[in-house]
Amino acid sequence: MSYVDVNGKQIEVDEDGFICDPDLWNEEIVRCFARLEGVDELTDDHWKVIHYLRGYYRQFGIAPMIRKLCKETGFNLQRIYELFPSGPAKGACKLAGLPKPTGCV
Amino acid sequence: MDDRETPLLDELEEGDWPSFVAELKRAAEKSAMSADLLRQIERSYADNTGHWKRGGIVGVRGYGGGVVGRYSAMPEEFPGVKEFHTLRVNEPAGFYYTTEKLRELCDVWDKYGSGLLNLHGSTGDIILLGTTTENLQPCFDALGEIGFDLGGSGSAMRTLSCCVGQSRCEHACIDTMDVTHDLTMNFQMEIHRPAFPYKFKIKVSGCPNDCAAASARSDLAIIGVWRDAIEIDQQGVAEYVDEGFDLFNRVIRRCPTWALDWDAEEKRLKLTSEDCVHCMHCINEMPKALRVGQERGAAVLIGGKAPVVKGAMIGWVLVPFMRLEPPYQELKDLIVQVTEFWAEHGKNRERLAELIDRLGMPAFLEGIGVEPCPQMVDAPRSNPYLFWREEEVKHA
Ligand code: SF4
Ligand code: SF4
Repeated sequence: MSYVDVNGKQIEVDEDGFICDPDLWNEEIVRCFARLEGVDELTDDHWKVIHYLRGYYRQFGIAPMIRKLCKETGFNLQRIYELFPSGPAKGACKLAGLPKPTGCV
Repeated sequence: MDDRETPLLDELEEGDWPSFVAELKRAAEKSAMSADLLRQIERSYADNTGHWKRGGIVGVRGYGGGVVGRYSAMPEEFPGVKEFHTLRVNEPAGFYYTTEKLRELCDVWDKYGSGLLNLHGSTGDIILLGTTTENLQPCFDALGEIGFDLGGSGSAMRTLSCCVGQSRCEHACIDTMDVTHDLTMNFQMEIHRPAFPYKFKIKVSGCPNDCAAASARSDLAIIGVWRDAIEIDQQGVAEYVDEGFDLFNRVIRRCPTWALDWDAEEKRLKLTSEDCVHCMHCINEMPKALRVGQERGAAVLIGGKAPVVKGAMIGWVLVPFMRLEPPYQELKDLIVQVTEFWAEHGKNRERLAELIDRLGMPAFLEGIGVEPCPQMVDAPRSNPYLFWREEEVKHA
């Protein structure tokens, strides 16, 4: 396992950089992961996606299907990739502190 | 034992056929990655189990697919394959390359990856085997420089592929390479940014011989076909017969619908065209005398797939005949209709065929706005599977 340094705290991540313990998630971690995933500035639109993903994950224990993510946030696929250049699975879910999705988004 | 020895893999080099082991050994001379790959595989044979981890999400900017993440489960022992990701690269339509392009491709891959590649994967992609997370983006950029793009992976429209079609084959009823290229350009978003319930494959064959294996291996198969009569050169047929070709046993008796007859006196082959089911058998047997008809287009089949969840399925006819001329608008609209319906109703990891199986063909046809027709049968002329609703039946 590897660790990512978040303001002096070592956060354990898997080989793809996803957080191992979703309960450790906080906004500091989001900011740190954002830099790693090519997101320069976190806007309200980013947070909307992140909060939606977290809410869904808390409720169902998995990540939503992409189509659902687009519908619920009102952002089309193009917009999601503008916000998260590495895509909804590798980018958005990682920032939202979800463990690695298996084949949904 | 010297850790470069591979007694178990060496066994695979025995015998008459070329072996991947020989190639791996050659690659191992040049690259530390390939050397560790060889050692890890040897270990897998010894332990009788694979030593790869499952899953892995890596990629390049702007793309949601095209890279398949792969990690060794024994990175301490085999550091060279700690990260060993696969890149899928979209092949050119019809698999044509110049040797120069292949050299450029290999140079890029020698620089950024293991140097091992596989032509071609089952979707048709060039498979570049093994690189690190760090090298993914620069490798992708370098591929772009020489004109290559990634293909599809995950729950996306997968890289399209086709037979050589009109470029080399007289049976081709459609320009398979152009259709494939055009659709690929048109569906870039669907290919690179997975948003479907599961994978979706499209393959294009120029005639019912189906060299691209479209009917069995794609969710949507486009197969060239003619709708007038087979062209018969009677002189040519007579020559076959005069040369001792067993016309009756090789062709007439093997026509699945008994559409052919031979008039020995007049030396004429007679075709009852409305009985012909376009199986290609007679044309394949006598290519010098028989040709596909003049009124050409394509049939669209849906629901073919290899066995995963529900076993292998062969495609059904959805549209028996469609003219195919650029810009192929009717075909594109149909693909959008079908994938929209599936994306809306499909469960996660449910292939199109499985969705149709679950909801029933009538619901599917209604959903995509296609009228049922007699050609939509399970097996030709035997098993129509569409049941009419009570209010649709007109009583005499
Ligand atoms: S599918 Fe038909 S057109 Fe295509 S290569 Fe095969 S025989 Fe020729
Ligand atoms: S193509 Fe097949 S079905 Fe048609 S006439 Fe020839 S053998 Fe018969």
